[in-house]
Amino acid sequence: MENVRMETKEVTVFYGQKAGVSSVSLPMYDKKITALIGPSGCGKTTYLRALNRMHDLNPIVRIEGEVLLDGENIYAADKDPVVIRRRVGMVFQRPTPFPTMSIFNNVVAGLKLVGVNNRDKLMEVAERSLKQAALWDEVKDRLSEPAVGLSGGQQQRISIARALAVEPEVLLMDEPTSALDPISTQAIEDLLATLKEEVTIVIVTHNMQQAARVSDYTAFFLNGDMIEYGPTDKIFTNPTDERTEAYITGRFG
Amino acid sequence: MNLRRRYLRDRVMVSLVFAGTIIVLLPLLFILGYVFVKGIGALDLNFFTKAPAPPGEGGGGMLPAIAGTFIIDIMALAMGGLLGLAGGVLMAEFPDHPLNNPLRMVANVLGGIPAILMGLFAFVIVVVPMGGFSAFSGSVALAILMIPIIMRSTEEVLKLLPWELREAGLALGLPRWRVTLSLILPAAKGGIITGLLLALARAAGEAAPLLFTAFGNQFLSLSPFKPMDSLPLKIYVYAISPYENWIRQAWGAALLLALLLMLTNFLARRATRR
Repeated sequence: MENVRMETKEVTVFYGQKAGVSSVSLPMYDKKITALIGPSGCGKTTYLRALNRMHDLNPIVRIEGEVLLDGENIYAADKDPVVIRRRVGMVFQRPTPFPTMSIFNNVVAGLKLVGVNNRDKLMEVAERSLKQAALWDEVKDRLSEPAVGLSGGQQQRISIARALAVEPEVLLMDEPTSALDPISTQAIEDLLATLKEEVTIVIVTHNMQQAARVSDYTAFFLNGDMIEYGPTDKIFTNPTDERTEAYITGRFG
Repeated sequence: MNLRRRYLRDRVMVSLVFAGTIIVLLPLLFILGYVFVKGIGALDLNFFTKAPAPPGEGGGGMLPAIAGTFIIDIMALAMGGLLGLAGGVLMAEFPDHPLNNPLRMVANVLGGIPAILMGLFAFVIVVVPMGGFSAFSGSVALAILMIPIIMRSTEEVLKLLPWELREAGLALGLPRWRVTLSLILPAAKGGIITGLLLALARAAGEAAPLLFTAFGNQFLSLSPFKPMDSLPLKIYVYAISPYENWIRQAWGAALLLALLLMLTNFLARRATRR
């Protein structure tokens, strides 16, 4: 039986007066990949950022509804966003290596900057995370070189390794391959398949083929509404809503 | 329209731009050249190692003013740098903080106030309560001069960094202050240092804020709570004196100050490039 790791109940995200996404209820199953698809501006990224309180930085954003992580609302008054983000990591559209840091320091930044200084422990974490991100063999001999010297695809895998180093329960990915070439994209899609044995993944993509290839469940967003949710093969072969069908068959978007 | 005419017009325009550049550069070259010619003769060993001599005697040097310039400016940079950095970080990293608007207004107003008023201000808040002129009060005046420059340059270089960098740090579960301190500031280090050095160069050339704060001192003093000499002050006092020896030394001091400021500006540029 599949467990729900994360769940939203009628989540609405307001930018000022305007709702970016309206009343979205979705489960995210443990150790599965949930894909959020839809055309540009449909609210999928807005929704994703509500899942680790990334909107907290923007004072005009207001969130209604509940986002449950292991059954507890992450927006409850006693929840610390810093702790939430430790459990729910995020990988962004553009690779974001920390420019002043070496490859090694980038990967262990989440530990080192909160005071973990044990060299052996950090080395162990770096090796594990880089292996998970399928990057270890490419960088193991140059861990002390600056991370900005790597290729775009490698930088994105550094970002993934860095997010994995703090051992999050859930990993949010916001179009992680949209800035990458096909070979790097392939490498990241391959690693998603092994990653999901350990973490729950929610991935935003505007590439429908990618969603179909990598995800177990898919939610289709349109104009701020979640139109349809279900197992990926059902959404892509036999959608119930005609708008979903129009989108996946390429009639718009 | 034939081709030859267009070529001709192009050449005329390029010559005009070139001529404009030369005209702008001329005063700078003239000032530097003149100061160099007039001042180089005064720069002997005594100039760097001796205290000033009375006007009739001849000899003597600028040691108190040279040492004082460094002491006053470094203290000013420490104070102004810290406050300016704090303000710049607040404005760039916490754009919604309620203090930002007042802060920005203060920076703009401070930036437009004549330097001599900074001296007057430091006189009122430091010299009067402490009961006398002091190097420290001079540093306060120069620090106030530096704050708006440092604040603005810091804000600008921080805003150049992609916002995703902050979010990437926060997404790792790092607190906001840690992201600023360990990710953002190091990434902007070069630009921040440039801003600090440019502010230093700006303040180091000012005599007016020091007139009734640091006041000047004929003797070598290293105490921040006593009056202290400084190169711009010395230039001011010596240049308007009737003594030929002093005027010669004023030129020497001007040359030395110009060289120090050029060195600071050069270092500031290098810091950005790396």
